[in-house]
Amino acid sequence: MKIIWFLIWLLLVSTSLFSISWAETPEEKGLAIAIDADMRDTGFETQTADLVMTLRNRQGQESTRYIRTRTLEVEGDGDKVLSIFDRPADIKHTAVLTYSHGLEPDDQWLFLPALKRVKRINSRNKSGPFVGSEFAFEDLGSQEVEKYSYKYLHDEACGERKCFVVERYPEYVYSGYVRQIAWIDQAEYRIVKVEFYDRKNSLLKTLTYSGYQEYLDYFWRPDEMFMENHQTGKTTTLRWANYKFKTKLKERDFNPNALPRLR
Amino acid sequence: MFTFSKNYSYVCLTLCVLLQIYLHVANAEEDANGIWSGYISGQGRGFWQSPQFDDQRDGDISLAIEPEYYKDWNNGLRAITFKPFARIDSTDPERSHIDIREAHYLHVVGDWEWRVGIAKVFWGVTESQHLVDIINQTDLVENIDTEDKLGQPMIETTWLKNWGALQFYVLPGFRERTFPGRKGRLRTGLVVDTDEEEYESGAEENHVDWAVRLKTQFGPVDLGLSHFNGTSRAPELRPTLNSNGGVELIPFYGLIDQTGLDLQALVGNWTWKLESILQTKKGRDFTAAVGGFEYTFYRVSKSGADLGVLTEYHFDDRKQDAPVVFQDDIFLGMRYVLNDAQGTEVLAGGLYDFDYSSKSVRVELQRRFSDSWKLESELQMFSDVADDDPLRTFHRDDYFQIDLAYYF
Repeated sequence: MKIIWFLIWLLLVSTSLFSISWAETPEEKGLAIAIDADMRDTGFETQTADLVMTLRNRQGQESTRYIRTRTLEVEGDGDKVLSIFDRPADIKHTAVLTYSHGLEPDDQWLFLPALKRVKRINSRNKSGPFVGSEFAFEDLGSQEVEKYSYKYLHDEACGERKCFVVERYPEYVYSGYVRQIAWIDQAEYRIVKVEFYDRKNSLLKTLTYSGYQEYLDYFWRPDEMFMENHQTGKTTTLRWANYKFKTKLKERDFNPNALPRLR
Repeated sequence: MFTFSKNYSYVCLTLCVLLQIYLHVANAEEDANGIWSGYISGQGRGFWQSPQFDDQRDGDISLAIEPEYYKDWNNGLRAITFKPFARIDSTDPERSHIDIREAHYLHVVGDWEWRVGIAKVFWGVTESQHLVDIINQTDLVENIDTEDKLGQPMIETTWLKNWGALQFYVLPGFRERTFPGRKGRLRTGLVVDTDEEEYESGAEENHVDWAVRLKTQFGPVDLGLSHFNGTSRAPELRPTLNSNGGVELIPFYGLIDQTGLDLQALVGNWTWKLESILQTKKGRDFTAAVGGFEYTFYRVSKSGADLGVLTEYHFDDRKQDAPVVFQDDIFLGMRYVLNDAQGTEVLAGGLYDFDYSSKSVRVELQRRFSDSWKLESELQMFSDVADDDPLRTFHRDDYFQIDLAYYF
């Protein structure tokens, strides 16, 4: 019996010694944070949510889009996301279906309701604006770990909480950014803020997340995402509502050939 | 004043069945909710050249409405759709018309989707011509671009799989193409009499057509294969002496078999497209094709506009005997998408005919004002149109069109 206790003691001591002596590089720590954040968001299976997107220009003129989103979690690859527009009324029932992939171009289809046409679109370039907003397609795509390489910078207070500040470098060749700096809270690994630096390495946009709520005692989702473009003065606010997880949605509800009937 | 489908029986039957479903099923479901949407639009068209044919006017104003009622239940696996359309035109009575664009019931069971009623279907990939697309009849009085379609009675079933879809169509009830009347521009020299038409089939407009289509995907390549058997959507226009001793054109709708192929491949920023058909009928069989590419230059402006460049070549093996405009033509176009809050888009294209040296140019612009109003305008010009080119009939019909629509 004594020998077993000794072995357990030896195991504990050696692992703790190992973790102390193992000097983690900033890159390794950044990656570890990203993996941890990704794990905490795994297992929702399907998600539906309603989105109100408000675009505002420098003069304060506003334009609003109402979008319903449906997400299918795909293991080992990016998620499948269907976005259906309810407003503006002239693009009502227009739908965008995206199969996102880590470093490969996404598969993307557009459904044009007036023509009843499903158009597969070239989505190699994800840096373009999404329906005139300050969000690029790549900002809205599912955030897979392999999309970036990482570097932990430092800890910093963010509101009442403490954040990891991590710099991440897009691995996707056609990304519109050279780097991003993300503030991730240490308690729940939620993204609090992201700064986007354009290809000339100047600050382009800042995205701020707020109103996080926990769903199914596990998944944290923001009520609001606010994107500010520092170069144009334009902003876009995303207000999320009616989050639902583990719904009845099936794989076939994300089939491009089903787009004409999906509303 | 209005022209309307002669297939009243199908229309009435469809509407009665839908109403039954609406009253007895849809209202009993707790999660059912119905929504009205649609648009109302005012349109003005101006033709600045003196007309080629007698009685043609220099322009028109018209009003169009297209409301849509949609109600679904059982998580969208059951749905009814009702979408009528009407246009009142100031000059051409043939252009004043009503149609039921859609009136159908959707029923999804597992991998099978069923649609019964009047519906619209689109097949194909190319931009400047839709060769493969055959299910719905063209509503030609709406626009010569043939993108407006009449509702088609059908039973459609789709077998949806991960590899794609297999679709079967039974199409009872034929829809005749609409043609401009005597006062209308963009018409043939002799007026088409849409009250008289002839069919190859003894069953005439009651001939039951059928079609099948396979859609599948191999990585970046999309493939569609289709076959249609039934009454041709494109009539042959036959000069006939009418009761008043005048000559007019009578549409003759023959029976055809048409096999179609559509192919699209994404390669880098390139999108390659091909559509091809083989049509067999009494008389002469023919093949036709349209193919080309679209290349997109991303973020050409600081605000994030995209510029797409398109080239498509049109071929028809009947050459100059082809009763169509596209037989040996090249289309060059550009699509400028501003990616702004107003959804501003400009499409400009030119068509050059290698056989006749005819040219035509088309520019389309659309922009949203506020969240409900949208402005669309269109400029179409024809030049150097040869006497024997089928396009000759339009050669003095350059026009500018403006549409202001309120969406609800």
